[in-house]
Amino acid sequence: MIDRARTLLDKVWGAHIVRCETAATPGVLYVDLHLVHEVTSPQAFTTLRERGLRVRRPDRTVATMDHSTPTALGPGRTLTIAPDAAAQLRQLEANCREFGIVLHALGSEGQGIVHVIGPEQGLTQPGMTIVCGDSHTSTHGAFGALAFGIGTTEVAHVLATQCLLQKKPKTMEVRLDGRLRAGVTAKDLILAIIARIGVDGGTGHVVEYAGEAIRGMSMDERMTVCNMSIEAGARAGLIAPDDTTFEYVAGRMHAPQGPAWDEALRRWRSLPGDAAACFDATVHIDAGALTPMITYGTNPGMAIGIDQRVPDPATVDAAHRTALAKSLAYMALQPGEPLLGKPIDVVFLGSCTNSRLSDLRAAAHLLRGRRIAPNVRMLVVPGSRRVKDDAEAEGLHDIFLAAGAEWRDAGCSMCIAMNGDQLAPGQYAVSTSNRNFEGRQGKGGRTFLASPLTAAASAIAGAIADARTLVDA
Amino acid sequence: MTPIGTFVSHAVVLDRDDIDTDQIIPARFLTTTGRSRLGEAVFADWRYDETGALRSDFPLNQSLRDAAILIAGRNFGCGSSREHAVWALQGYGLRAIISTKFADIFRTNALGNGLLPISLDDDAFHVVLGLCQRDPETQLEVSLSAQTLTTPAGDRFEFPIDPFAKHCLLHGTDALGYLLAAEDDITRYEETPAMYTEART
Repeated sequence: MIDRARTLLDKVWGAHIVRCETAATPGVLYVDLHLVHEVTSPQAFTTLRERGLRVRRPDRTVATMDHSTPTALGPGRTLTIAPDAAAQLRQLEANCREFGIVLHALGSEGQGIVHVIGPEQGLTQPGMTIVCGDSHTSTHGAFGALAFGIGTTEVAHVLATQCLLQKKPKTMEVRLDGRLRAGVTAKDLILAIIARIGVDGGTGHVVEYAGEAIRGMSMDERMTVCNMSIEAGARAGLIAPDDTTFEYVAGRMHAPQGPAWDEALRRWRSLPGDAAACFDATVHIDAGALTPMITYGTNPGMAIGIDQRVPDPATVDAAHRTALAKSLAYMALQPGEPLLGKPIDVVFLGSCTNSRLSDLRAAAHLLRGRRIAPNVRMLVVPGSRRVKDDAEAEGLHDIFLAAGAEWRDAGCSMCIAMNGDQLAPGQYAVSTSNRNFEGRQGKGGRTFLASPLTAAASAIAGAIADARTLVDA
Repeated sequence: MTPIGTFVSHAVVLDRDDIDTDQIIPARFLTTTGRSRLGEAVFADWRYDETGALRSDFPLNQSLRDAAILIAGRNFGCGSSREHAVWALQGYGLRAIISTKFADIFRTNALGNGLLPISLDDDAFHVVLGLCQRDPETQLEVSLSAQTLTTPAGDRFEFPIDPFAKHCLLHGTDALGYLLAAEDDITRYEETPAMYTEART
């Protein structure tokens, strides 16, 4: 066989094929790491019990509680959890005990959002295959791991066999030339990418992000970009590992040590795609020309530069006119309206997109010595217990509290609004999360997705604001 | 899983693109540990008003309650991976969704539960959509074995489906059995020294 130039996906995929794909059958793909949480796993464990199956590799399975967990003490300073959510948490505990799976339970040191704790603990490593019953599993692609979300039926498949039936996805390269300007963040970049390729532009594809803008990013920033790949419909996002990646992984709890590290590093350095490798599609974006982005509609592709005006349904093509009009009606926005200065009710800083230490630092930098507007409620929800501890060690919580924000425990919180942290009907939020779908942050709630900088600046102004206009931004 | 044969049904229409799984089943209904009783909550925020009463202007409430087919716009099932969306649609009584494009995870979840995702090209979609909008009682015939959707006038539209998924759906078998039968290959893979990463220690 003639050696053919291979992409990063080709290499990771090829290393995990247990059985090749044929015309009649999908391939069998091995899964290195299976992350589990309370919401999408109970029915999968039930399947195992019904069929008398065990978990094949508990040593490759890690569970956490994040989606429906409370992030604040309720009345009487006790944890208040709705009865059905509490039952689901107890079920996860029982399932992990019965099947021998490590669980980072509520209150434990390793607890946090599943896509924050994986990288943080060194579980996420370059070249791995990683799955979870959660669409934002694409986050881990920042390490050059093939990571994607699956449904509960497939969670059962992985629990029982450590494998999935898969057809190889197509590849799309998103090449990001130039460097982001000051005040423009990874969140702005991914919102711009989704606005460009559309919420189904990546369907059937694994997107590999490349170019100068990506190389200049920290791992936290790369995770923000890969996290929202699913919002463009992509199967997964990928970034070739480099020294930034290796430095991040080195020394973490589950990272290889000693000679095993050297061996791992040798393998990881061979992962980036060959120069001559081809993609099924390529998109070029001038990252250096981007401004802070914000969404105005009810899907993440409906985003504009923060100083632009809300589009007019009358001026878009017929195929998108109705959808745009419906979105604007839900958001109670007028065509041509500027978003800057739009009064808001809530600011949410958190979620697997933007709840890591660097996100909190960026927001705290703007909030230091300032107060949030009296009309605004701001929730700051760290992505993990570790992020919370680290933030407190450098005094970030004091800055948030002094500014008038709420400092919470780790969890998904108002990103998915399952735990009581939610918008009231009609409220406007600037949110650093990933979805502005109707009702996503609470029934009738209206979401503007933006970066931690925009969130902090808007909290101070009490209205949508451009962080670049703050003196020391 | 019950095998999917040929069936005939009228369709309910949601002529809207990018219907995400948060709309199909809002997150507050995900605290269940089972699969049943989600049908009542399907499209909850579109289907019920503030008092919990059914909205008369919502298509799923206007349709005869036994519609087994939903016709919906492009990129159906985008967003969250929640399989509860499929369970909720099935709980309502749906057996097939017709669209021009499905989100990847939703498609896999649907196939794994015997909910048939029928992808039509734009032209065929608009013919079928128009028929069902003009006459909500239009009977469509779905044949999985022939991979066709047939109108009362006899117009027949082919739709693609993954051959392995088709086999599973026609015979009512699930993919887990196939994976379990790959045991020897999986063990061999796990014993290969070249295996990419070591297990967590």
